[in-house]
Amino acid sequence: MMQQALPAVSNDPLLDVDNLVVEYPVGNKIVHAVSGVSLQIARGETLGLVGESGCGKSTLGRAVLQLRRPVSGRVLFDGQDLTAMQGDTLRLMRQRVQLIFQDPIASLNPRRRIGDIIAEPLIISGVKDAAKRQKLVDEALSAVGLDPALVVGRLPHEFSGGQCQRICIARALVLNPEFIVCDEPVSALDVSIRAQILNLLEEMKARYGLTLLFIAHDLAVVKAVSDRVAVMYLGRLCEVGPSEQLFAKPAHPYTALLIEAIPVPDPDVRPAETVPVGEPPSPISPPSGCRFRTRCPRADQRCSDEVPELRAVASGQFVACHHPLI
Amino acid sequence: MTESTLLSIEDVIVDLPTPRGNLRAVDRVDLTVGAGRTLGVVGESGCGKTMLSRAILQLLPKKAKLSGRVMFDGQSLLQLSPEKLRKLRGRSLAVVFQDPMTSLNPVLTIGTQLIETLQEHLELDMRAATKRSVELLAAVGIPAPEQRLTQYPHQLSGGMRQRVAIAIALSCEPKLLIADEPTTALDVTIQAQILDLLAREQRRRHMAMILITHDLGVVAGRTDEVAVMYAGRVVERAPTPALFKKMRMPYTEALLAALPKIDAAPHTPLPAISGRPPDPTRPLKGCSFSPRCRYAWAQCHVEKPRLEESDSPGHQFACFRPIDTSAGAGA
Repeated sequence: MMQQALPAVSNDPLLDVDNLVVEYPVGNKIVHAVSGVSLQIARGETLGLVGESGCGKSTLGRAVLQLRRPVSGRVLFDGQDLTAMQGDTLRLMRQRVQLIFQDPIASLNPRRRIGDIIAEPLIISGVKDAAKRQKLVDEALSAVGLDPALVVGRLPHEFSGGQCQRICIARALVLNPEFIVCDEPVSALDVSIRAQILNLLEEMKARYGLTLLFIAHDLAVVKAVSDRVAVMYLGRLCEVGPSEQLFAKPAHPYTALLIEAIPVPDPDVRPAETVPVGEPPSPISPPSGCRFRTRCPRADQRCSDEVPELRAVASGQFVACHHPLI
Repeated sequence: MTESTLLSIEDVIVDLPTPRGNLRAVDRVDLTVGAGRTLGVVGESGCGKTMLSRAILQLLPKKAKLSGRVMFDGQSLLQLSPEKLRKLRGRSLAVVFQDPMTSLNPVLTIGTQLIETLQEHLELDMRAATKRSVELLAAVGIPAPEQRLTQYPHQLSGGMRQRVAIAIALSCEPKLLIADEPTTALDVTIQAQILDLLAREQRRRHMAMILITHDLGVVAGRTDEVAVMYAGRVVERAPTPALFKKMRMPYTEALLAALPKIDAAPHTPLPAISGRPPDPTRPLKGCSFSPRCRYAWAQCHVEKPRLEESDSPGHQFACFRPIDTSAGAGA
């Protein structure tokens, strides 16, 4: 598999993903979900990961945490290779990494009380003192803006979607992790609740010194929280760069297309009608060369012959395209 | 606009019995849509926007109680016989739902579903209906339409399915198309394509459209007028530019402010709306938004504001402390 090389963002990244490949068997075919992705996340940084459904962004997030084992490649977390870890070593390491899912209601066991749900990670990680567990649970709930006294004895169905997401965040925070993968954490929430949760994630990040991989399909949401953004298409990275720079001057035609497609809440902005027709091809048989070429207005022969490598186009901005916009 | 009013809804109330008591999903809504016009209905989950569309279509759950008046094209829909209603729906009153899988029959081919509609409502023969189906599929941007006729919904992608659902909705040249969250299940690039398609067909056919969505961005560039719903009521209604630029209702302002802006710097804190919408089985005495409203004063908590005309034409809002007046934000 071709490697998408990426220069280091810092000398000491917390997460260093190197040439990760993830594939799923479907019948007798193979889904090429993630095909040689490399990226790094510095300590205290939020990296936004965007792309359309089926582009492999969630699979990448899971493979980073070893919830789905990659076919090849390495995931260095704080210098240690997670892909080489098994059993107890991996379990111990997992206390330092957490995951928040899209559907907050589905990710809480409907038959368990909130207090037990949040204490579970503590029990698994060996906190035997019940009073200590109680204290940590209360702290986590207070941190996400819920009153422990009113919450611990109740069941998930008694809460709204936004409150359930707060509970999920409390559960992720209770072990005091260093790194959280947020997989579409606000996609299922209404606008007025979404802003509350995004603000909460930002507060928690500052308070607990977290590093985040923030996966979403909504570019405006991603921009609101991310220091850098990576754009993914059919299992490969198209572009990586500092948020503001990437939105102001996208280098990859796909990034530009995504930005153009965002509905802007301003009646003076006429919707662009330049969005090309067509849909992403199947990840079972991705196009040769550049995977975006079948929908790209700039594609030529070279794009079908040669896989574009990520290369620098501006300070900190990298693009995998033979005919970049800048 | 009154000379060509196509749909007029007056004092519509939808009550749903629930184990927790009566749930008033739609609370005294008045709306009109002129022929060939586009109305956006915006609100968050549970605000009653879908129930309102079901009330217009007379597709409410069996237990629901509906009152008020719904006049469509000169007829009172609440008084029509089921047979007449069935003839109307699909013919001059069409709908596109959020999930095309729920409106398409999974065990019938695309062709059967299109041809059936055309034969039922337009009484075309098989040959004419087939020819028209191919034209319709081509018009909604489906490649190789002849081959698609023999395919089943599961063989198409989500975006393609929604195109098929739109083709069926447009097949009998409806006067009004109700699009209920037509792009919510789709990716952003496909969403743009579908919204463009709807706008193009709406203009070309001079068809009226009600675009129901939770996304203010979707209605901004694509509607003539917008009605904002909150807790079952229309709380503000205005020509689209006025709604975005000169909104009077604090909820509209708060909803717009809470959206992440693509041109804002990263890590800009969002002005979130605190709290959440009221429990619809426990209606509030005062304005439903008052517990979350930063402008609310005593009156707002005890009295429900009515939707009233403002001094600008076509702009109505329900608020005692509207924005941009001495009593509101400026105070």
